[in-house]
Amino acid sequence: MATATARLSADDLDATFAALADRTRRALIAKLARGEASVLELAEPHDMSQPAISKHLKVLERAGLITRSRDAQRRPCRLEPRRLKLVAEWIATYREYWEESYARLDDALQELQGQPTQKEKSHGTVTKTRSHRRPR
Amino acid sequence: MAPSRKLEVIAAPDKPTIVTRRTVDAPRALVFDAWTKPEYIKRWLGPRNMEMVVCDVDLRVGGGYRFVHRASDGQEFGFHGTYREISRPDRLVSTYVFEMFPDAEAIETLVLEERDGQTTVITTTVHKTMQNRDGHLANGAMEVGMNEGYARLDELLPQLRRAA
Repeated sequence: MATATARLSADDLDATFAALADRTRRALIAKLARGEASVLELAEPHDMSQPAISKHLKVLERAGLITRSRDAQRRPCRLEPRRLKLVAEWIATYREYWEESYARLDDALQELQGQPTQKEKSHGTVTKTRSHRRPR
Repeated sequence: MAPSRKLEVIAAPDKPTIVTRRTVDAPRALVFDAWTKPEYIKRWLGPRNMEMVVCDVDLRVGGGYRFVHRASDGQEFGFHGTYREISRPDRLVSTYVFEMFPDAEAIETLVLEERDGQTTVITTTVHKTMQNRDGHLANGAMEVGMNEGYARLDELLPQLRRAA
C-alpha cells in the first residue's frame, strides 16, 4: 500500500504523529522552517516559559523532526524536513488508498441497490434495466 | 443538496489516533455487509491497479480476516486481524496488522451512522504502541490536543519545501 511506509517504522510514525498533534509544536516547526533558532528565540512569540518550550522541543527531537546542536550555550534547533516529508507521503498514500476504495464502494453500493453508478449518471445513460441484485 | 463525498482524514480530539469519515449513499446494513462479506469486499477494497489475491473472512467474535493486495510489479501488501465485536448494522471492532509491520497491532473501530438513507462511515484506528506511548507522555505533562489534526500538515509543507 505504501512505499513511504517501507522507510518509516510504525513506531516512527506513531512518534511523529504524536509530536505533530499539537498546535504549539506545529508553530515551532513552522518557525524552524525559516531557519535555525535558539530556545529563547522560539519561546518569544509564545506565551510560554522556556522550560515549557524545551519540553515541546524534546518531543520534536525524539520524533526525529528537529535536531539540536551540542553547543552548550545556545543549542540552536534545526528542522529535519526529511522526516516530515516521509510522514506527509505516508498520509498521502493512506488517503489515496481510502479515497480510491470509497469511490469503488460508491459504485458497488449503487449496483447492489440496483441504481445507476455515478459514472453512468454523468453520461446520462440512466435506465432502469440496469437494475439487478438487491441483496436484502 | 447531496451530502459531501469527501473523505475526511482527521485526528481524534482526545487521542493520537487516525479517524476517517466518509458518507455513502446506502443504508447502513448494506454498508456493513460491504465491509464484511468477501464477495462484496473484493469489489471495492483497495486501489484499482491492485489485484485482491486473498480475501478471507471468518465473521464471528474471535474469528479472523486476511486481505492481500497485489501490485502490478508482483509486490503484495497483506493485512489481517481478529474480530472483537460484531454488531450489525452499526459497529464492528477488530484488530488490524499491516503485515509490513507485524509487531504493530492496531485496534480498528467501524461505526456506521445512518440518516435519510445515507450512511456516514467512521473508522478509528488506535495503535497499541501509541496507547503505551500516551501513558508515557502523560507523565511528561505533555498535552496531546489534536483538534486540528493532520490537515495542518498541508500548511506546513510549502514552508518545508522552502527550507529544504
